[in-house]
Amino acid sequence: MTRYTSATPDDRAEMLAAIGVESVADLFEQIPEPLRLGRPLALPDGLSETEVFDRLAALAGANADAESEVCFVGAGMYDHYVPAIVDAITSRSEFLTPYTPYQPEISQGGLQVMFEFQTAMSELTGLPVSNAGLYEGPSSVASAGYLAMGATKRRRFVVSRGVHPHSRETLATYSEGYGAEVVEVGLEGGLTDAAALAAAVDAETAAVFLQSPNFLGAVEDVEALGAAAKEHGALLVVACDPMTLGILKPPGACGADIALGEGQPLGNRLDFGGPSFGFFCATEAQIRRMPGRIAGETEDVDGRRGFVLALQTREQHIRREKATNNICTAQALNALAAMVHLAWLGRQGFRELGELLVQRTAYARQRLAAVEGVELLHEAPVVREFAVRLDAPVGAVLDRCAERGIAAGYPLGREYPEHEDGLLIAITERRSREQIDQLAEALGAAVAAERGEFVNQELTKAPTEAVS
Amino acid sequence: MSDANYPDDLRYHDQHDWARLEGDDHAVFGITWYAQDSLGEVVFYDGPEVGATVQKDSSYAEVESVKAVSDVIAPLSGEIVEINDALEDTPEKINDDPYGDGWLVKVRLTSPEEAGSLLAAAEYQKLLES
Amino acid sequence: MTLTETPMQRERAMTIYEKSKPGRRAAVLPDAGVPEAPLAELIPAHLLREQAPNLPEIAEPEIVRHYNKLSRRNFDLDSGFYPLGSCTMKHNPRLNERVAALPGHARLHPAQDPRRAQGALELMWLLQESLSEICGLPHVSLQPSAGSHGELAGLLLTRAYHADRGEERTKVLAPDTSHGTNPASVTMAGYEVVKVATNERGGVEMDDLRAKIDEDPDQVACLMLTNPNTLGLFDENIAEIASLIHAAGGTLYYDGANLNAVMGQSRPGDMGFDIVHVNLHKSFSQPHGGGGPGAGPIAVSDRIEPFLPRPQVVRREADNGHGLSFDLDHERPKSIGRLRGFQGNFGVFVRSYAYILSLGADGLAEASETAVLNANYLKARLADGRAGERLPIAFDRHCMHEFVLSGKPMKKELGLATLDLAKRLLDFGFHPPTVYFPLLVDEALMVEPTETETKESLDAFAAAIEQILEEAEGDPEIAKQAPYTTPVRRLDEVKATRHPVVRQPLQPPPPTGR
Repeated sequence: MTRYTSATPDDRAEMLAAIGVESVADLFEQIPEPLRLGRPLALPDGLSETEVFDRLAALAGANADAESEVCFVGAGMYDHYVPAIVDAITSRSEFLTPYTPYQPEISQGGLQVMFEFQTAMSELTGLPVSNAGLYEGPSSVASAGYLAMGATKRRRFVVSRGVHPHSRETLATYSEGYGAEVVEVGLEGGLTDAAALAAAVDAETAAVFLQSPNFLGAVEDVEALGAAAKEHGALLVVACDPMTLGILKPPGACGADIALGEGQPLGNRLDFGGPSFGFFCATEAQIRRMPGRIAGETEDVDGRRGFVLALQTREQHIRREKATNNICTAQALNALAAMVHLAWLGRQGFRELGELLVQRTAYARQRLAAVEGVELLHEAPVVREFAVRLDAPVGAVLDRCAERGIAAGYPLGREYPEHEDGLLIAITERRSREQIDQLAEALGAAVAAERGEFVNQELTKAPTEAVS
Repeated sequence: MSDANYPDDLRYHDQHDWARLEGDDHAVFGITWYAQDSLGEVVFYDGPEVGATVQKDSSYAEVESVKAVSDVIAPLSGEIVEINDALEDTPEKINDDPYGDGWLVKVRLTSPEEAGSLLAAAEYQKLLES
Repeated sequence: MTLTETPMQRERAMTIYEKSKPGRRAAVLPDAGVPEAPLAELIPAHLLREQAPNLPEIAEPEIVRHYNKLSRRNFDLDSGFYPLGSCTMKHNPRLNERVAALPGHARLHPAQDPRRAQGALELMWLLQESLSEICGLPHVSLQPSAGSHGELAGLLLTRAYHADRGEERTKVLAPDTSHGTNPASVTMAGYEVVKVATNERGGVEMDDLRAKIDEDPDQVACLMLTNPNTLGLFDENIAEIASLIHAAGGTLYYDGANLNAVMGQSRPGDMGFDIVHVNLHKSFSQPHGGGGPGAGPIAVSDRIEPFLPRPQVVRREADNGHGLSFDLDHERPKSIGRLRGFQGNFGVFVRSYAYILSLGADGLAEASETAVLNANYLKARLADGRAGERLPIAFDRHCMHEFVLSGKPMKKELGLATLDLAKRLLDFGFHPPTVYFPLLVDEALMVEPTETETKESLDAFAAAIEQILEEAEGDPEIAKQAPYTTPVRRLDEVKATRHPVVRQPLQPPPPTGR
């Protein structure tokens, strides 16, 4: 017996007798002898619960998390406050431990949550159809590409450089498989270059991908940009941050055929990147091409209202190689967390939270722009995240801020080499004015210190260069 | 739902499809009573558009029940000249009246002589029994 | 019916939107605490939303009560036996939830500088090492989010591997018993599926495999296989299968859905597989959450390694010379690229690593032994009595961790479909086995008890099947109308799909006064 099994020696003896074999080893004889491992795995033997806890706690303790430092990092995942009822509800075993609701009569709770979640996401995005959730944001973008290819029979995607780099890269990875070409359109002043976009879209374009607010935090004019897609019969796919949808015009009202995104800001913790969920909404025209699970309303034999998995013939377990997608995960527990968070915020609270983010972000942006050595990377409108330029090496500045317990932002250099000096700063309701002021001070001090050192380095470097 | 029946005026394909020949070079296609019965209640029909060409023995449409998808095989080759629009909203007609209101497409035949290889009602029924 | 209607059945399902009333709320938010400007001065009016989205308006006590009630309309693993074949519904240790919720894990930002996320990266590295040893393959990527995502990764790796050798192959072979995700992933990866038949012992039909390869060996990109397969049977010919595929130049992909049968017993790498996905939510105890989250890490051989997704967790000598440090390697020139955002489902990694530490080498091997013992015992119990007559085993030999029965005689003799039996089981407090899969078994019933069930629960399940069959011999209508005691009875799936209603219709909200 291990911690989680129960077969006593007596149980085993009785069970083996019923099977008609001498030992459990007999049952493994169907594995050809050379393929049997014949030795213990080279792993330590099992540990007690306290030992496992201590090991994991020690590993957790070796991380600088958002509880031990003040976190201004966003880039798609945000340090929002997750209300206590989210934990209480998602830790109920009835939500935590079932499988996908294949037996609807005993899965009404989960199915109804899916239905409520679909309603909420549909309301947020302004599109009539939502699925029950996908893995996370970037792979949802790639799934939209697959849908668009099926819908248009075209194989070319036009993608704004404002779309999250992880989404663009994931779309490119998937495209290598399903055989599509990805064309990127650059940014001007923080926003998608409208002329370049219009020029890039043609009759072979399956979909145009935008993100708003885009990766640099800027709110795009989706409606205006999307006209190019409409003109050529391409689908308009809009990635969005759900937390901004209390404030911003919903993608559905801007002509989007598909609105999707990373769901983490809604009720999900950071978890070093997952699990979270992706949401995926579309027009009625795409309902039979949707990826993932969809709950639908119906009645039982006695006329009671109930819910089932609808439109299952889209899916892999029925359509196999012709399925609209291979996904069979809805991230149901993560979507439940989102639904509870949205219900907790409610119609008014959701809007208020959006306004709070706008106001604090505006304050932070103004405050940082006034710091010596810090300037705005773009002037476009923002909701909860903005980009600045530092007049000092970004990595060194971040290190100095970290020493003061501040995770100052996300360095743009790796993914945007044109913004080697760029820093992306995110605000949530957890970031108070006081903390924003601390950030401004820390950034200012760090930039000043680095500039001082930088100057010194140049001075010391100069003679060497003169010699050579 | 109707009872099992296989009208004598139709020609049958062994993949459970029928053709009703009209004039020298036109035919209406549908699926047989047996096909709709095995599939169960049809919830969705995905058919071709007018102008599309269909090839004998190849799939030209799909019918779906809740838990199955089935290809519909063309009994003869030709070009679609008319489609049954009503099936978009009421695919259940395929169950209710597979040889009447549940027809799928009308086709201008490109090789009318192919009809010679199709089965008569009695032959098809024999096939079902075997 | 009304005389016996349960309280839960009496209560009409109401969504949270129907419990909403304008003006109610739960959240109280902090004040902005900064100088405020009118919204339209900050964001141009034409980019703003006119009305707040129509979310429920409801106070916290009612939110709690609503979801608490909903939870009681779910059956779950913690409440009863859940022998859902292919899903490995084993106990979900609560220790794992506790350690995953530690702030150092739960509130760690995914873009944290690797130097300040050493614990998380070390944990990922340790999990990679553990999975590598369990699978018998030297390299692991934790990135894929689920089994099907792992499959897609494996096929994209296969494509990259062939392309690197200057080849473009078009076909992926898969047995007719394969999970539906296999062919679906094949198409998404731009390949064509070629089905391989099953022999009379439930394994790959070797002649058919040879024929399918010989048709055009240069086009064979990959063979996807589950072993033990979806019939719960170990394919004894696996070594020969591997050599045939490798001789043709293809890769061999292992669908790890059934890894729970062979942990510490036999390793896919030793069987000749190049790529394996591992369902952490099956073999490694991540709770299924009602349909996610999970994770589908992949383990690969040396020849596949250069193509693994970016970023990859690596261990390096620390810069300061003492000790080791962990990093994310983004510079992988031959990589297929990213499959998703950030580093993967880290919360799942924490739980699965805690599980592996808890069980250890001895415990993992014992878990597989007990899973196989439990399955064979239940199979033996169901070979007796009425079940043996009405629900014969599809392939009569010792099984691994699961087995497949055929309800064909039951349907013929009693008029009872497998679905009816499944629905009647609900009234007995059991989750039914997987039904109608694999496709090649008529009226299939796929049973996977897992190692965490007691002999008593297996006995009770066998007794329930016996009782249902006995009852059906008297009156099959009882099962055909079942279930009776569940929150709702049989649901009209035709209606739900013919005219899909996939969201609550809502009245447009009153203007917000903006």
